[in-house]
Amino acid sequence: MPVNVLILRTAGTNCDQETDFAFQLAGADTALVHVNALRAAPARMSEFQILVIPGGFSYGDDLGAGKVLANELLSSLREPLERFLDQGKLLIGICNGFQVLVKTGLLPGLERWRQQATLTFNDSHVFEDRWTYLAAPENVSVLVGDGERLYLPVAHAEGKFVAESEEVLRQIRDKGQIVYRYTDPEGKPAGYPWNPNGSVDDIAGICDPTGRILGLMPHPERHCLPVHDPRWPREGLKEEGEGLRIFRRAVQFVEEKLGAPAG
Amino acid sequence: MQYRIEVVHKKEWPDPAGLSALADIRDLGIEAARDVRAVDVFLVDGTLDRDEVRTLTEKLFLDPVVQQYRIPGPGQERWDWAEGPGVHSIEVKRKPGVMDPVQQSALKGAEDLSLRDKIEAIRTARKYLVRGDLSRAELERAAWKALANDTIEEVHIDQPEVEYPLHELRYDFDLVEVPLVQADDDEMLRISREGVLSLSLEEMKTIQDHFRKLGRHPTDVELEILAQTWSEHCVHKTLRGHITYEGPVPEGWEDRVDQDGRLVLDNLLALTVVGATTKLARPWCVSVFEDNAGVIEFDDAYHVCFKVETHNHPSAIEPYGGANTGIGGVIRDPLGTGLGAKPILNTDVFCFGPLDMAEEDVPRGALHPKRVMKGVVAGVRDYGNRMGIPTANGAVYFDERYTGNPLVYCGNIGLLPKDCVEKAARPGDLAVVVGGRTGRDGIHGATFSSVELTSESEEVSGGAVQIGNAITEKKVADTLLKARDRGLYTGLTDCGAGGLSCAVGEMGQETGAEAEIQHIPLKYQGLSYTEIWISEAQERMVLSVPPENLDELMEIFQSEDVEATVIGRFTDDGMLRVKYGGNVVAELEMDFVHKGLPRFKGRAKWEPPSFPDPLVEESWAEATSEQAQACRKALAGPDDCADALARILAAPNVRSKEWIVRQYDHEVQGQTVVKPLVGVNCDGPGDACVITPVLGSHKGLAVGCGLNPKYADIDTYHSAACAIDEALRNITAVGAPIERTAILDNFCWGNTRRPEQLGTLVRAALACYDYAVGFGVPFISGKDSLNNEFNTGEETISIPPTLLISAIAVMEDVRHAVTMDLKGPGNLLYLVGMTHPELGGSHYLELFGLTGITVPHVRVQRARPIMQALWSTVQRGLVRSCHDLSEGGMATAAAEMAFAGAVGLEISLRSVPYEGPDGHRLDSVLLFSESASRFLVEVPPENAAAFEAEFSALPLAQVGLTNDAGALTIVGLEGQKLMEAPLGRLKAAWLTPLVGR
Repeated sequence: MPVNVLILRTAGTNCDQETDFAFQLAGADTALVHVNALRAAPARMSEFQILVIPGGFSYGDDLGAGKVLANELLSSLREPLERFLDQGKLLIGICNGFQVLVKTGLLPGLERWRQQATLTFNDSHVFEDRWTYLAAPENVSVLVGDGERLYLPVAHAEGKFVAESEEVLRQIRDKGQIVYRYTDPEGKPAGYPWNPNGSVDDIAGICDPTGRILGLMPHPERHCLPVHDPRWPREGLKEEGEGLRIFRRAVQFVEEKLGAPAG
Repeated sequence: MQYRIEVVHKKEWPDPAGLSALADIRDLGIEAARDVRAVDVFLVDGTLDRDEVRTLTEKLFLDPVVQQYRIPGPGQERWDWAEGPGVHSIEVKRKPGVMDPVQQSALKGAEDLSLRDKIEAIRTARKYLVRGDLSRAELERAAWKALANDTIEEVHIDQPEVEYPLHELRYDFDLVEVPLVQADDDEMLRISREGVLSLSLEEMKTIQDHFRKLGRHPTDVELEILAQTWSEHCVHKTLRGHITYEGPVPEGWEDRVDQDGRLVLDNLLALTVVGATTKLARPWCVSVFEDNAGVIEFDDAYHVCFKVETHNHPSAIEPYGGANTGIGGVIRDPLGTGLGAKPILNTDVFCFGPLDMAEEDVPRGALHPKRVMKGVVAGVRDYGNRMGIPTANGAVYFDERYTGNPLVYCGNIGLLPKDCVEKAARPGDLAVVVGGRTGRDGIHGATFSSVELTSESEEVSGGAVQIGNAITEKKVADTLLKARDRGLYTGLTDCGAGGLSCAVGEMGQETGAEAEIQHIPLKYQGLSYTEIWISEAQERMVLSVPPENLDELMEIFQSEDVEATVIGRFTDDGMLRVKYGGNVVAELEMDFVHKGLPRFKGRAKWEPPSFPDPLVEESWAEATSEQAQACRKALAGPDDCADALARILAAPNVRSKEWIVRQYDHEVQGQTVVKPLVGVNCDGPGDACVITPVLGSHKGLAVGCGLNPKYADIDTYHSAACAIDEALRNITAVGAPIERTAILDNFCWGNTRRPEQLGTLVRAALACYDYAVGFGVPFISGKDSLNNEFNTGEETISIPPTLLISAIAVMEDVRHAVTMDLKGPGNLLYLVGMTHPELGGSHYLELFGLTGITVPHVRVQRARPIMQALWSTVQRGLVRSCHDLSEGGMATAAAEMAFAGAVGLEISLRSVPYEGPDGHRLDSVLLFSESASRFLVEVPPENAAAFEAEFSALPLAQVGLTNDAGALTIVGLEGQKLMEAPLGRLKAAWLTPLVGR
């Protein structure tokens, strides 16, 4: 039985096609669905086991990254989303999708639907596209192994993770919700540019307490082919891009833990 | 009522907008400014109560983690840390009618909160709280030089809560006729000038004759339609004109010389740029010089198309908006090519004045080059990134003459299904406008581009400047391609220069068209019919739609909130008929609109300049003693070679452009497989980018460019040849074949009504023909911008003749690509190509304050086989890295390769292939000559024999060896060590920041 992935689109989404491609490489069936269509028929969500909010500039990010789409999800799709999550399904936000999930309060999700953290302007004040290294601490995400390392690009202007309070930060740390930290090539904490935005505690990605909602600023879908690696002309072509691992893990999780999809 | 909501970053969080503003203000030398806090101001008009305003704010305007807000009124929150005594406020708001993208998003959010019905408008402003003892004059300067632009914004200094009334705008129809039929010459010129029509006397007379025959005056909008359609921007009347040229004639053109010794060129464009393509007749050229972009074959399913445009004058006046709409506009070209191509790559090339120019040296009416650059880069960034199109190739060039008239070239490549090339509106089809609404923005853009910029331009042409809204265009692109795939329309084009006037006129050229202006959706009321018809408001496309497809088409657009409206239809009577509320306001024969323009006749002349050159001893005689001294020094060679190299690496035209490149998303769409920055630390200067337009396929495109205004000061013929050579070197250096390469031309020149300017243009065009044919590389598209001058009030400054050549090559398999960074120690370094004593226009001579005259020549009979052989060795996997030699010559290229790869290198100049007088075979010439068609290539020892065999009859020599010593060592002709420079030192010079901070 195929694993079905819903890739949510809206005005300004722009990483939908490569995210679609990555999930297809990982063996999933995918559908690109516009938020208007989903609002018109929210029951469609039951067909899917994975919901992805891809990168881009939803509604131009004119009122802050992800803000308008977060407001739309909260005001129009909260119940179907709640149902989706209660069924143990996966929700992934990449870059702008992560910003949306944080602003809805789904991440870190200590109190679901209340915003307790944000992704604000980079310390450099500008949009930056650069590759960096990630290391996974011990964490509860069902998609990321402890100690895992990844090499991925970031491309954003608002990616600096900040928690509402020290207490919130302590809780997400203690509960294993920090999924990825920026590091240097040796896997050690390092300042700019390895931490490209000034994120507190070098946080690049987090999950909710259940481990089934994941958000990250770097773009795994931009490193799913060997030719995506900026240094392949030096180091040769690997078998596959490192970022593909996350997509494979998601498909595998659904196959193993959610059994045959309803349908 | 109107609510004002103020949002600010909390005290404990850095405020990015405030910090940027502070840096910009201090940059002006206003040391008194100690701190700046930026306040986002939202102005909400409507019937909301206070609680609803709070909901709106908390849900939409505020990031509660890092920001706080207040609604001014009794008992309002005080922000003591940001305001109070010693703090001034500068409030900046866009003028009424200027695009404010926030508005649309905010209204969308309000709708989701079920508050939309209670809101009349949401507008924004930005207030800067400036701490410090600034005088009124300093505040004014900070406001206008750093924070606001008079063209689009208004400023309020130290006024706490400005109220902004909503303007009710009205327009009452009144048909305006222009009394042209009896007008004399002076009167006609006055009409053209005052209307910013940019029509010549001869053109005005042609129009007068036409209306005399019709027995009536033209209406204002008819005159505008003709002015737009006949503008240089739209028809390239100069390049298509009849030109006689006096001056030295390049070889091969003698048979066009008349008995008086003048070269006669009837339609320069057809004889040169287009002529080369016709002669080459490449079967993979699908559509050239016809559609909005040139189309070439890509793979079994797709073609690709490429267009490069300029947006110079708007960027001079409002850099952010100008560049923003420049990239937005060129994206619509591929989108409007055939039945619509998917935009997949942006390119950008900029020319600015020197960034370190003293504020007092900036001519009145011009912006400081640094401000221009920051605005332009931000404009391209914000539009390109939001469109989700990678920007991965470009160049930046600095010269004082660009200060008042910067150049902004923007390019876009699209992917077009093979069955979507043909299009034609058919009689009976409906004319549908899709996308943005029409406003009073961008009026006279097409004709304004032909006007000389002056210190007054800001005032007269504010209307020509616009701000884009990328998300509107993104939505149009998403939905349009869906409609295309369902075959719902027969033709389309973009609304660019000339707006709906040009778009509808162009689509209905063969059939006829009629339109009702009152059906066109407006951003706001109060526009006259003429303003609506010629407005160049952004993000609009026009489709021709068979009536039976209309419902299905409309449903697609509606499903993603894209506005689409029927505004007219295509007819079969060959007339362009435009109405306003049923009143005919324009009725013109399509034939007259499109074919009535009288041929331009131009006189061109060129005299070779004389600049002292170290390699031409006779030239020293006429030089000043200072120059002669400099010539001698340059010939003797630098005292410290490493220092000379470091200075060249740090020269603004050579140094790293990383500050710009990183601000662009260069890998969205997941297709960029050779990035613009390469090497062990991803920061070396890649020669060309490579993308794979179809995800999962390894078939690719390499994209590069060439431009060298320095050589153009000596001879535009060789400058053009070198620009072509450079673009092709870029392509070759990453492993793409010139046999599958197409090129584009963009001429930016001064006023070509002056014979000397037209003379240099003719020479450049002749070279375009000679070298396109010589290399076997066709032109597929081009554009010219011919009035790039700035009048300071005292003198007219013309830009250097600037020809941009962009190149696009199809690669069978991108996995064969190579990059320029050295890969490891123990490899051989070859120099491919011949070095000549050519220092003219070089960076080396610039160190001595000289221009020189020995400009590099391209010897195409040798250059083409060199590039072919090199491609073949890369294909066979014999090459580890490859870099082309351009500005700064071999020394610069070697340094870049070494520090990008963090691999040491030792080079000896003794074996460098050289052709020229023995006396000029000098260390400095071999190191710094910028001779064309040369490459440095890293080859592992085991591949050496096979590599050399490919170059049997071509200039090639092993000149060096890579090592792990961490330095660049160069040994001179006499066996002496010329330099041993640590790579860190060279790299640090090259990484000299473009802008502070």
